[in-house]
Amino acid sequence: MRRTSRAAAGFIAAVGVLALVAACSDNGGGSGNGSGGNASNYPNQNITFVVPFSAGGPTDTVTRMIAEPMGKKLGAQIVVQNVEGAGGTVGAGEVARADPDGYTVLMHHIGMSTAPALYANLDYKPLEDFEMVGLVTEVPMTVVARKDFAPATFQDLVAYVKANSDKVTLANAGIGAASHLCGLLFQSAAGVKLQEVPYQGTGPALTDLVGGQVDFMCDQTTNTSGQITAGKVKAYAVTTPERVKSLPDVPTTAESGMPNLQVSVWHGLYVPKGTPQEVVQKLSEALKVALADQAVIDQMAKLGTAPVPATDATPEAHRAHLDEQLKTWAKIIADAGVKAS
Amino acid sequence: MELLDNLALGFSTAFLVQNVLWCFVGVLLGTAVGVLPGIGPTATVAMLLPITFNFEPVTALIMLAGIYYGAQYGGSTTAILINLPGESSAAVTALDGHEMARQGRAGPALAAAAIGSFFAGTVATVILAVAAPPLADVALKFGPAEYFSLVLLGLIVSIALARGSALKALAMIALGILFGTVGQDIYTGTPRFTFDERSLYGGIDFVSVAVGLFGVAEILRNLENESTRSAVISKVRNLWPTREDRRRLVGPILRGTGLGSALGVLPGGGHVLASFTSYAVEKRVSKRPQEFGRGAIEGVAGPESANNAAAQTSFIPLLTLGLPAHPVMALMVGAFIVHGITPGPNVINDEPALFWGLIASMWIGNVLLVLLNLPLIGMWVQMLRIPYAVLFPMIILLAAIGTYSLNFNSWDVYAIVFFGLLGYILIKCGCEPAPMLLGFVLGPLLEEHLRRALIISRGDATVFLTRPISAVLLVVAVAALVVAVLPTIRKRREEVFTEEE
Repeated sequence: MRRTSRAAAGFIAAVGVLALVAACSDNGGGSGNGSGGNASNYPNQNITFVVPFSAGGPTDTVTRMIAEPMGKKLGAQIVVQNVEGAGGTVGAGEVARADPDGYTVLMHHIGMSTAPALYANLDYKPLEDFEMVGLVTEVPMTVVARKDFAPATFQDLVAYVKANSDKVTLANAGIGAASHLCGLLFQSAAGVKLQEVPYQGTGPALTDLVGGQVDFMCDQTTNTSGQITAGKVKAYAVTTPERVKSLPDVPTTAESGMPNLQVSVWHGLYVPKGTPQEVVQKLSEALKVALADQAVIDQMAKLGTAPVPATDATPEAHRAHLDEQLKTWAKIIADAGVKAS
Repeated sequence: MELLDNLALGFSTAFLVQNVLWCFVGVLLGTAVGVLPGIGPTATVAMLLPITFNFEPVTALIMLAGIYYGAQYGGSTTAILINLPGESSAAVTALDGHEMARQGRAGPALAAAAIGSFFAGTVATVILAVAAPPLADVALKFGPAEYFSLVLLGLIVSIALARGSALKALAMIALGILFGTVGQDIYTGTPRFTFDERSLYGGIDFVSVAVGLFGVAEILRNLENESTRSAVISKVRNLWPTREDRRRLVGPILRGTGLGSALGVLPGGGHVLASFTSYAVEKRVSKRPQEFGRGAIEGVAGPESANNAAAQTSFIPLLTLGLPAHPVMALMVGAFIVHGITPGPNVINDEPALFWGLIASMWIGNVLLVLLNLPLIGMWVQMLRIPYAVLFPMIILLAAIGTYSLNFNSWDVYAIVFFGLLGYILIKCGCEPAPMLLGFVLGPLLEEHLRRALIISRGDATVFLTRPISAVLLVVAVAALVVAVLPTIRKRREEVFTEEE
């Protein structure tokens, strides 16, 4: 008996050590890694990509897609870590405070440009606390409704919601989510104020849309394509200048008479301010290689999106785009009178 | 028979060597992370997701699914042995399971959990194969109003979780609900009870609360006096359920399987209710309700069956509608997408080999789990012989590491300390932590659905009564409340009268 008990104790100890090792090897996020130091031999240890949203979401999926080819190019292991909370601001704040050595990288989407307007006491400044690495992809959005919703076309929809603004419900995936922003834009373009129904993530929102509990919403093709092609929801329009290849029958908002409803969920990579230029350049080069990878292109195509052109996967293009978006959204959000905290 | 053809296709896919192999790897990993407190299936699946990019899609999904239901299986082990539930469902198993372990009956408790899980898993897999699409349509009829009423019913029947006073249990549920409100309001983003601490914006982590209330509080109580401790070590009686035990297992397993299968289908949190509801039902129908909380084997078998059945049927909304019911399912949606399959209603027609292969693999996975777990029971039970001076620090260390590794948030570790002390105080006051934990889990769901139902109805509270499913659930809830509280009040009055005499 004595021996078995020791064996059991040994087993637990082994498991404990394993857990400890696992916990330590993932520990990039908040604390950073002090030992990296020298920029010329970057990278010489694991790189952590922080995704400020839940695992399995569209942003997480895109990150995991590019992590592998980027890691191969850099010659380092890339570990994806999800730091959720407060519309992506918790994870972004953590990276802003991490050591600027290039071993903690943030993947963020359009929310980077809307957070300053939404959150009164944000603990970072997008343009000042980060170095931009490059843009990654722009995911189109779709305006979709429960399948028995009355309006037949996008024009009908606009007329219908104007006439029934006291009855119609507009779902979104939570404050600051892409679907929330698109919904705000829709309301301001159509000149109506609708009852918004927030959910915790796109999954539950889409569930209630398919179940007919809410009327309509606007969300990324990543989430809606499957339900659209299966006929479980009605698609009115895509919010990009051109039609989406995987949804050829769905007209654009411009075709449907609402050219100012243009929104796509752009993603970009960031490192903390003060990261050596050499390191930023290495990451940017690796990003370009990953975006030219045929497997990445194929995977993105299935989500109804595509990598940005190589000229946009640069720090300069990224900074310019972020600057422009910050201004655009500050106005829309101020006009809508929305605040997240 | 179309179904038989489909199943034949499924099994021919699932029995491919690489699929059986990865299914085994999945359930093995799942069992391991289920046993370790804190390290949950979500983190494991997230870490392994990139590895599966190079697999065949069906192989990838078989393995990821295996991790999920394997973890449901493994979670009961630590709950029974050391009172450390890693998931909300295992908290119920801990109630009677750990009590059995203290009486030296850890073996039968583990065996009851394993047998119940296997039976439930098998039946639920058949349900999944036969009735997935129609069940998914029923699930879609559940809107916010229905979920609110269902969760309310769940909270009220959970008064049965308490050994003693129903009123104390109600108070504990309320306290749990209050702790559940910490964090950002999901509708407005307003931080509540966060004291300007950003780490609390996301709320208090379930694992911290469970590990503190159950594990640490239990350890503190054990430290009180030497005699109660040695009692545990001295008598490990039989490893296997006795004939009497086996007789008592049948009913709870059948009822648990039915309940769990039904609740698991609901994507809005139904699977959370499965084990709690099963426990309440078992206590209600039992001829010896006084044994519950004191080591009743029914209190292990029922909830474990319900939990595993729900784990299987919660794949129904995912596979037939592309709608995830659990964070692990959301990751599997990601896996579908990466493999170029759009999750949704088309999967069953476009990818029959994948759909049926995955279902068939779940049955194979359940067989593997039983083969894996039954022989291990002997080893697990030996764990109880580890001297407490070694075991207690180890438990706390493991729990702290596991909890920290979930979100890399040191507040989660501080929370263990807080809830450990709170749990100890509550035990001393004769209040039980289980109803509080349930309030903590269900409170946020209750609020979310209540407010959403009212937002959609524009403030008209009659929706809860005018929607038929919701109305029926509320009527049952009221009835359950009356049945639960009346005896206590009557007894109290009797006590008062006796004192007066």
